[in-house]
Amino acid sequence: MAPERGFQGETLLDVRDLKVHFPTPDGVVKAVDGLSFTVHRGETFGIVGESGSGKSVTNLTALGLVNRKAAQIEGEVLFKGRDLLKLTPGELRHVRGKELAMIFQDPFASLHPMYRVGDQLIEAVKVHSNVSKKQAEERVLELLGAVGIPRPRERFRDYPHQFSGGMRQRAMIAMALTHNPDILIADEPTTALDVTVQAQILELIDHVKREFDIGVILITHDLGVIADVSQTVMVMYAGRAMELAPKDELFRKPLHPYTWGLLDSMPRIAQKGTRLLPIEGAPPSLINVPPGCAFHPRCPHRFQPCDRERPAFADRGGGHPEACHLTIEDKRRLWAERDARRLGVAV
Amino acid sequence: MGRYVIRRLLWAALIVFVVTLLTFVIFYVMPPGDPAIRFAGKQPTEATIREVREQLGLDKSLPKQYYTFVERLVTGDAAECPQGVEGCGWPGLWISYDSRTAVRQEIIERGPRTISLALGGAILWLVLGVSIGIISALKRRSLADRLAMGFALFGISAPVFWLGLLALFIFGSEGLGIDAFSTGYVEFSSDPVGWFSHLVLPWSVLALLYAAFYARMTRGNLIDTLGEDYIRTARAKGLPERKVIMKHGLRASLTPVVTMFGMDIALLIGGAVITETVFNLQGLGNFAVNSAASADLPAVVGVTLVLAVAVAVMSLVVDVVYAYLDPRVRYS
Repeated sequence: MAPERGFQGETLLDVRDLKVHFPTPDGVVKAVDGLSFTVHRGETFGIVGESGSGKSVTNLTALGLVNRKAAQIEGEVLFKGRDLLKLTPGELRHVRGKELAMIFQDPFASLHPMYRVGDQLIEAVKVHSNVSKKQAEERVLELLGAVGIPRPRERFRDYPHQFSGGMRQRAMIAMALTHNPDILIADEPTTALDVTVQAQILELIDHVKREFDIGVILITHDLGVIADVSQTVMVMYAGRAMELAPKDELFRKPLHPYTWGLLDSMPRIAQKGTRLLPIEGAPPSLINVPPGCAFHPRCPHRFQPCDRERPAFADRGGGHPEACHLTIEDKRRLWAERDARRLGVAV
Repeated sequence: MGRYVIRRLLWAALIVFVVTLLTFVIFYVMPPGDPAIRFAGKQPTEATIREVREQLGLDKSLPKQYYTFVERLVTGDAAECPQGVEGCGWPGLWISYDSRTAVRQEIIERGPRTISLALGGAILWLVLGVSIGIISALKRRSLADRLAMGFALFGISAPVFWLGLLALFIFGSEGLGIDAFSTGYVEFSSDPVGWFSHLVLPWSVLALLYAAFYARMTRGNLIDTLGEDYIRTARAKGLPERKVIMKHGLRASLTPVVTMFGMDIALLIGGAVITETVFNLQGLGNFAVNSAASADLPAVVGVTLVLAVAVAVMSLVVDVVYAYLDPRVRYS
């Protein structure tokens, strides 16, 4: 099911038919429901979707940060050939923070408020390598410098509340890079930051990706962020993949009505004057996902059998996999009409 | 940090000053009537009244009288008075109406008993409560958690006088007959082992009550803290779970416990009345209740001051410990 064509490079992460279901008293929450994708070295793999589309759960599952007792997890998460889902919590702990690192949405809350930033980073160094405190400190200073924190030797002794939001996210990135991981998972890394700082952090992520030669998974709800740095994009909805394509292809020739909706609701300076078109309705409850295509109740192009048959996630001739029953001809026609209409309004 | 401690220290000093000032005003300045006339005996002459007034320092200004009051709090008063001199040591802690002994002496004798009881019990309940809380939080909804929370409910519900009498019955002459656990207080300086063994039961009874609160509080705080983002960060670093909880989780969840701990100790120094009574410890709690019941005002003043100072000192300690635990406090 993984895309035929795609990014060239060593395959680092290969997720196959991942399902993460949480049984609750109200019913089963299908947070991730049959998801497959691959991430390569040197690639920034963007995952985009509304809140509650299963973006974060996917990655927390890979890291073993989802409570295995509370969740039913199926499928495979192959990381450099090893299935992370089959590792014991103890084995997984040695992967986490060392080969697979993660940074989070809210840098204000992600650092412990009662420990010095430097000490938290030293802890990250020492947990996976047997070095002296002095060596660990040197490593931390080097990392803080590498992520662009000025005067690292002074800031080293500061507490998180003495750092600005951008600085904290830089410190988090430094922490993630401690052991030269293979993959950096960035979960909404810029959502809580000012716009100017957002751009700096994205630039930094892109920079460290090349400098450290790693794969990056960038989770976001913001297509603008994806457009800046990703090479490949997966669009998620209700725990499923809707479309997966190289970035340029996704923006120029999107094939899924949900992707169209996302693009229409994204503000662009180049098309000032164009009306933003929100997607009608709200994302479904993951306990009660609509039958058939999960997006059909909100889809303006739905037809039979959208409400009964779940469309396969496959390449229907458009060059990349997507999950929509429309024929490729219909898709191309509808997108072209849409484009024309938008331009018409804009002129 | 240094500046913060100095600031808190000054605050504590100010509080003690205000408390002593208020006490002085309420007990020695506000009551109507001339004290000199009251102390001068029946049908005093002008000269006697003047003499008494001089003796008591009533001819001096109020600030000077207040100074004498504070001085006597620190250095003592009625104890050095020759017998039969009415009003000697006034204004100061003075003598108890009931026992005719110096209140200051009484407090010095009873204080260590109450402090022994309060501090020993506090250490016991802190260790007990926090450990139970941690176990419960980690094994949430397990048998261990339910047993621990059942124990907590029992501890909160069981009245101290009942628990105390039960303990005395079990270990006393009608039960196991362990003499070392009998009631009463033994001076630490004369017999440290006896001091310890006589306090074991009171400590346990007191600790059982408070440990229950602390267990529930620790459990709740720890469960909340473990949901924080920085705990996820600690796990994402690959830290072992034990370190995630004991270092990152506990540090943040213990700050409210520290506040409660300080205040509980302070209030107990004012007297753990029921425990003291059940175990016949003759501490400050008995003294406070008895003197209040018989309107023994000097004694009440004494206990009030001790309690006020205890609260001020413990607040200071809490503030400093809190700032040590949470650096954000130091800068605000």
